[in-house]
Amino acid sequence: MSVFINKDTKVLVQGITGSTALFHTKQMLDYGTKIVGGVTPKKGGTEVEGVPVFNTVAEAVNETGANATVIYVPAPFAADAIIEAVDAELDLVICITEHIPVMDMVKVKRYMEGKKTRLVGPNCPGVITPEECKIGIMPGYIHKKGHIGVVSRSGTLTYEAVHQLSENGFGQSTAVGIGGDPVNGTDFIDALKAFNEDPETEAVMMIGEIGGTAEEEAAEWVKANMTKPVVGFIGGATAPPGKRMGHAGAIISGGKGTAEEKIKTMNSCGIEVAETPSVMGETLIGVLKDKGIYDKCKTH
Amino acid sequence: MNIHEYQGKEILRSYGVAVPNGKVAYTVDEAVEAANELGTKVSVVKAQIHAGGRGKAGGVKVAKNIDEVRTYADEILGKTLVTHQTGPEGKEVKRLLIEEGCDIQREYYVGLVLDRATSKVTMMASEEGGTEIEEVAAETPEKIFKEVIDPVTGLLPFQARRLAFNINIPAEYLSKAVKFMMGLYQVFVEKDCSIAEINPLVTTGDGNVLALDAKMNFDDNALFRQKDIVKYRDLDEEDEKEIEASKYDLSYIALDGNIGCMVNGAGLAMATMDIIKHYNGDPANFLDVGGGATAEKVTEAFKIILSDDNVKGIFVNIFGGIMKCDVIAEGVVTATKEVGLTIPLVVRLEGTNVDAGKKILADSGLNITPAESMADGAEKIVALVNKN
Repeated sequence: MSVFINKDTKVLVQGITGSTALFHTKQMLDYGTKIVGGVTPKKGGTEVEGVPVFNTVAEAVNETGANATVIYVPAPFAADAIIEAVDAELDLVICITEHIPVMDMVKVKRYMEGKKTRLVGPNCPGVITPEECKIGIMPGYIHKKGHIGVVSRSGTLTYEAVHQLSENGFGQSTAVGIGGDPVNGTDFIDALKAFNEDPETEAVMMIGEIGGTAEEEAAEWVKANMTKPVVGFIGGATAPPGKRMGHAGAIISGGKGTAEEKIKTMNSCGIEVAETPSVMGETLIGVLKDKGIYDKCKTH
Repeated sequence: MNIHEYQGKEILRSYGVAVPNGKVAYTVDEAVEAANELGTKVSVVKAQIHAGGRGKAGGVKVAKNIDEVRTYADEILGKTLVTHQTGPEGKEVKRLLIEEGCDIQREYYVGLVLDRATSKVTMMASEEGGTEIEEVAAETPEKIFKEVIDPVTGLLPFQARRLAFNINIPAEYLSKAVKFMMGLYQVFVEKDCSIAEINPLVTTGDGNVLALDAKMNFDDNALFRQKDIVKYRDLDEEDEKEIEASKYDLSYIALDGNIGCMVNGAGLAMATMDIIKHYNGDPANFLDVGGGATAEKVTEAFKIILSDDNVKGIFVNIFGGIMKCDVIAEGVVTATKEVGLTIPLVVRLEGTNVDAGKKILADSGLNITPAESMADGAEKIVALVNKN
């Protein structure tokens, strides 16, 4: 088991003929992901990397039976691409594209209200269930199959965390990058909920950063609902207020969104927070020992 | 992107949102001419910098006649204003807004922001105008009223009315206040604002509802479709190194410390600053070279880091995912040679082709200190910088 994706997930690639998408399509195919089709308007009927290309998402879904899609479409057109995928009633839409205007995402979120589709991202590395399915841009080989769920707002910081886990013999059930934008689809709580219900997942690592209050809300949810241990890290403790730290969502404004506040809330909700990014793995392992599930989680 | 108050008011005016008459002036003579053209008894001389708190710092003066306009303009132009938002070094005033004085009855606050919790634009209003809204939020949160706006309908008149009643705008000003709020929302969505704050919004003796100040920020990601807004960019207000970095699609933010950082990915870049601080070092910058860093990008990043005289050492922290470590290592070696690096350089590589990358660094004959982990690298660069 796993969350959101597994070996049976059938994936479309929107914007498949772009150079980044082509590169990652190949990487995903090499990993074993079932890429069943691509979508690029006006390129319908062609084929890339052995994958058939369609003009519209609806057509691609009809022809291939895809249930998920990954979007590499350039930012000005990405919101439209997401909505097209939601309209085609896919279960899962993963949007890798960064720099999408916030107003576009406000409309996307409104359009999605009441729809069954799950959106992950935008501006995210994607989702991976190790040794089954990789959808996105993360380096597949650092991941090992196992029992730790990972959810994060950042890409490379997730790789860092996964690397620390794998190095120490703790594989992952699924790693979910929810993205660094202020308006996104799946949030921490959605991912935590899924991990809580997933029988393969024994513990969760949650990696947040400054800006907004998503971590605080997630911490309160954990306190009230989570039956599995959660360990955290918050990036940006030393970031000055009012400066956007790369990610559109990583900004301390109006005295809100500081790392200090997030860590305080997380601690008070029973989430141990790694003091530095180099001890994320260590901190989790310590908690696994305390909870008596160290052996259960040790995979290699 | 930030713009000046006078530019914000130009935009508001173009949408029929009421603002006082005013003109921008770059010199004392222009200021006097502007005041003459306005022809009002009282005029206000306002420093134009990208920071709040100008009034308290002496950047806003009420002139009762033309002589006073000249005196104040002369005093404020070229002056370095230090406010709570400029940092201790302050900002030099290069532009003034000369505005007609008005007969203020009461001051209010109206602002639009994105509410991240609902993913919707929210209008906030308060009768505590003229003070920092953060202060109001902290001390008397019950005095802030909010309306969450559905993007399908936009701000609805009843929502604007409800806000106006809640903040006790007198009935005789109601229709003008509603028109103001509706116009402000239209500007916000059509111009891709990230913040639009009117503090204070005032009612005047002659029955108007006006924006006395206007703070507007724009979504950088939407500038591709906001050519009119891009024209308002004032490079004098931005950090030179940040401007240079943006040319190469590098995300760079200058900080006060002495350890230059070069990292791939925003989250890892923030975490790298944090770990340097943990070992009692002080980062000189945030720098994300992005996922697809090339040798050229790495070289440019080095140049930008080194253009900061405070930098006494550099820490490169790369998690090569898709980007291979050997490619990054080549870039670091090329860049180090090209810029003739004389200060300590610690490099931590991890990920794809890490061994090949480490070998390239070791064989380069350059004085590069390798690090085994983030913690190891941070400790090493702090020690090296402290030794020198």
